[in-house]
Amino acid sequence: MSHQHDNSGGTTTVTETPIDVDDENLTRIDLVREGARRDGVEILHYEPRFPVAGTKAEKRVERTIATWLVISGLSALAFIVIYIAWPWNYIQGNEQGGDDERWALYTPLLGLTAGLALLGIGIAIIMWAKKLLPEELSVQDRHDGASDPAEAKLTTSTILNMVDETGIQRRPLLKGALAFGLLPVGAAVAVPLGAFIEDPHKDNALMTTGFSEGVRLIREDGTPIRPSEISTGGIETVYPGIPEGTTNKHADSPTLLLHLRPDDAVKIQQKQRDVFPSNASEETKKALLEANHGNYYAYSKICTHVGCPASLYEQQTHRLLCPCHQSQFDVLDYCTPIFGPATRPLPQLPITVDDEGYFIAKSDYLEAIGPAFWERP
Amino acid sequence: MKLPKIKPAELPGDGAKWVDNRLAVASPVRKLVNKVFPDHWSFMLGEIALYAFIILLITGTFLTLFFEPSMREVVYDGAYTPMRGLHMSQAYKTTLDISFEVRGGLIMRQIHHWSALLFVAAMMVHMFRIFFTGAFRRPREINWLIGFNLFLIGFVEGFLGYGLPDDALSGTGLRITGGIIQSVPIVGSWLSFAIFGGEFPGELIVSRMYILHVFLLPLILLGLIATHIGIVVKQKHTQFPGPGRTEHNVVGTRFLPAFSGKAAGFSMVVFGVLAGLGGLVQINPIWIMGPYKSAVVSAGSQPDFYMGWTDGLVRLFPAWETRLFDHTIPAAFYAAAIPGGILVTLAMLYPFIERFLITKDGTHHNLLDRPRDAPTRTALGAMAITFYLVLLISGGNDIIAEKFHISLNAMTWAGRIGLLLLPPIAFYLTYRICLGLQQHDREVLAHGVETGIIKRLPSGAFIEVHQPLAEPDEHGHTELPYTGAAVPKKMNKLSAGGHAIRGFFAPVEQPSPTPIAPKEEAEKELAGASAIDTGHSGSRV
Repeated sequence: MSHQHDNSGGTTTVTETPIDVDDENLTRIDLVREGARRDGVEILHYEPRFPVAGTKAEKRVERTIATWLVISGLSALAFIVIYIAWPWNYIQGNEQGGDDERWALYTPLLGLTAGLALLGIGIAIIMWAKKLLPEELSVQDRHDGASDPAEAKLTTSTILNMVDETGIQRRPLLKGALAFGLLPVGAAVAVPLGAFIEDPHKDNALMTTGFSEGVRLIREDGTPIRPSEISTGGIETVYPGIPEGTTNKHADSPTLLLHLRPDDAVKIQQKQRDVFPSNASEETKKALLEANHGNYYAYSKICTHVGCPASLYEQQTHRLLCPCHQSQFDVLDYCTPIFGPATRPLPQLPITVDDEGYFIAKSDYLEAIGPAFWERP
Repeated sequence: MKLPKIKPAELPGDGAKWVDNRLAVASPVRKLVNKVFPDHWSFMLGEIALYAFIILLITGTFLTLFFEPSMREVVYDGAYTPMRGLHMSQAYKTTLDISFEVRGGLIMRQIHHWSALLFVAAMMVHMFRIFFTGAFRRPREINWLIGFNLFLIGFVEGFLGYGLPDDALSGTGLRITGGIIQSVPIVGSWLSFAIFGGEFPGELIVSRMYILHVFLLPLILLGLIATHIGIVVKQKHTQFPGPGRTEHNVVGTRFLPAFSGKAAGFSMVVFGVLAGLGGLVQINPIWIMGPYKSAVVSAGSQPDFYMGWTDGLVRLFPAWETRLFDHTIPAAFYAAAIPGGILVTLAMLYPFIERFLITKDGTHHNLLDRPRDAPTRTALGAMAITFYLVLLISGGNDIIAEKFHISLNAMTWAGRIGLLLLPPIAFYLTYRICLGLQQHDREVLAHGVETGIIKRLPSGAFIEVHQPLAEPDEHGHTELPYTGAAVPKKMNKLSAGGHAIRGFFAPVEQPSPTPIAPKEEAEKELAGASAIDTGHSGSRV
């Protein structure tokens, strides 16, 4: 079609003088090529997809694009109608008159119609660009790498001159005063970060939980527990019976109370306990040896690895599994870790029953519960 | 008073003049419109991340109008009947409200979540493309660093967003993060208390994460994305070697009309896919697991995919804990902080590692490597991806163990062994495959393309006839140099097999009347394949 033999000798570097853009004889494509040339671009190949206008093939492409646009429009209309008119309020099934489940289709229908609307436009535009716009191949020169050396020299001189003008080199007093004046200001800007500092050792927070001597073990609903209320072989998650003891305020306190079968309990008791917290005093060791109440054992639910609740109890193998990183603790061996990344046993809570027959803690845990930290002995 | 006559057809022209009179933008606008972009399917991966980010901004803004980042405890009495009467945080309640009581709120939430996954996934795949083609080499090291930080911030941003609803899953994720922060030697417990405003979980963390998630990090992302794209525009895009392509030019199509048309259409396709996913495919149904309670967890809890590898790392690492002088260096620190830190640093500094330790190549590169031409890099990449995949699979090893009835402990051991064993194997295999592919390219250049025609010689031997790519010498060899460009491997790449017939149900075009292409056309292809530095434009235009 309107090809112009305006490139010289097949190279992409253009050296001709600019053409006169006001020349009456120039076609628009000549002007396009001249503009491109001034931008360092040479259009090598520029050819319409359909050299003869109005062929069947061209019409077919047009029809396809039009169809996608119509699909878009219809989908968008459907989206608007559904958004406004569809019964979308959640109704729970199986309640009185609750068999209307049209609400469940609301989000999928919105997604379907919005998705189609956008997809249709996208496909139409891409087809337009790929099948109707001229086939093009252009080459542009790159000018990358460092700046022109002369330019760089001029810039460097300008900046160095400015530095010289301040005389910072030959005015040592100012140099020192500047450092003295600015460094504390920088430090002062950083000081407000101090607002974040909370002392982790205040109230011994990392070492203590909500339990202490005489605190009852309660269920999530706040009721205390008697030994007879846990079936043999059963487990129960318990919390300290203090205000907000079951909330996340005492996220370190959830405890697993296990009622072992008599034969399992015998297995433990036959095995002399030899797993103690490091640095445990004789007193602590003695307290741990008597931490159980008959066949009832209470262990911290917070995994000693990174703190997920280690609460999946496999009755057959007597293992507690933490579902986050699969540390496994052997209930028959004082919850020592036998697999996975945890290194320390789940701490045991010393328990007994009070005068009314409810479980209480004999003391707080005898070591820090949960994930380890630097200050932990 | 008489109004000036308005001619609609002249409005755009008049408008352009109005702007140009004030800003003189004719040249810069034309320069932009004429900018040439090379074309390759793999160059659009970064675009996907950009489009996903746009959707994240739009849907995210919508969500902030209904979400309240507060850990104040409330009793639920909303539309979702199974949870009425439960104690929960205001953050979790408003997330339930968005899902059940805001018209179209659920789809917005789900589109937001899907876009976040796509954002991170697209950045990862984009980084693979940059890595394996050597696009990070001089002069593009700065953009690798910016891009890598975009990925890191996107990763953190995703984690924060996933933590906001304060449901059982996100709380568990926070608990793990808290445990890992606490594991840092010396300052761990101070750091953890500073972040949570006291002992975990405290009452501040959701609002702290919120301001990072909706303001600070998006702002940084936006700035870095603008810089990233600005640098691409300034430096011009890299291109694969090929006919007429040199280190000093860009071959492709101009920004207008073709490139921008395709990009605009592609953005709408990405938007459409995200809208469809958001509506049709459920994601993060926070109402199933309930509010976060430190005693509650469910088996099979899985984070978003991009966090999975960190979970795998922590799962596989042995139970090594150091106790010295009444102090503890926890296992979690060895497992998460050290390897995680090393991996991230190595990846971020890779351009410099390659420059100074491997290739010692400090020259300018605008032509990309095909992965086979840089076997060491490609093999290192395959090694890193294998390492990553073992960790990712191990992050979900409980699910795999359950679904395929494999012992969980066996999965863990397979992960531990695989993590050490598979990456070197991947390195070796990839290296050999790269060399093999190179060798085959060179063989084709020397002997020609396999035609599939078997010929019996008078001696009785069978040979396959090869189509040489140039006039062969007396031994039947061609001395074509290997230039790093794709080499034709099949007869139809030489236009000799006839073009593929287009159309799904019926042929769109008439099949080529001559099944064997004219000789000169084959020669033209050849010239193209071999001549890299000689612009071939003269003969074409």
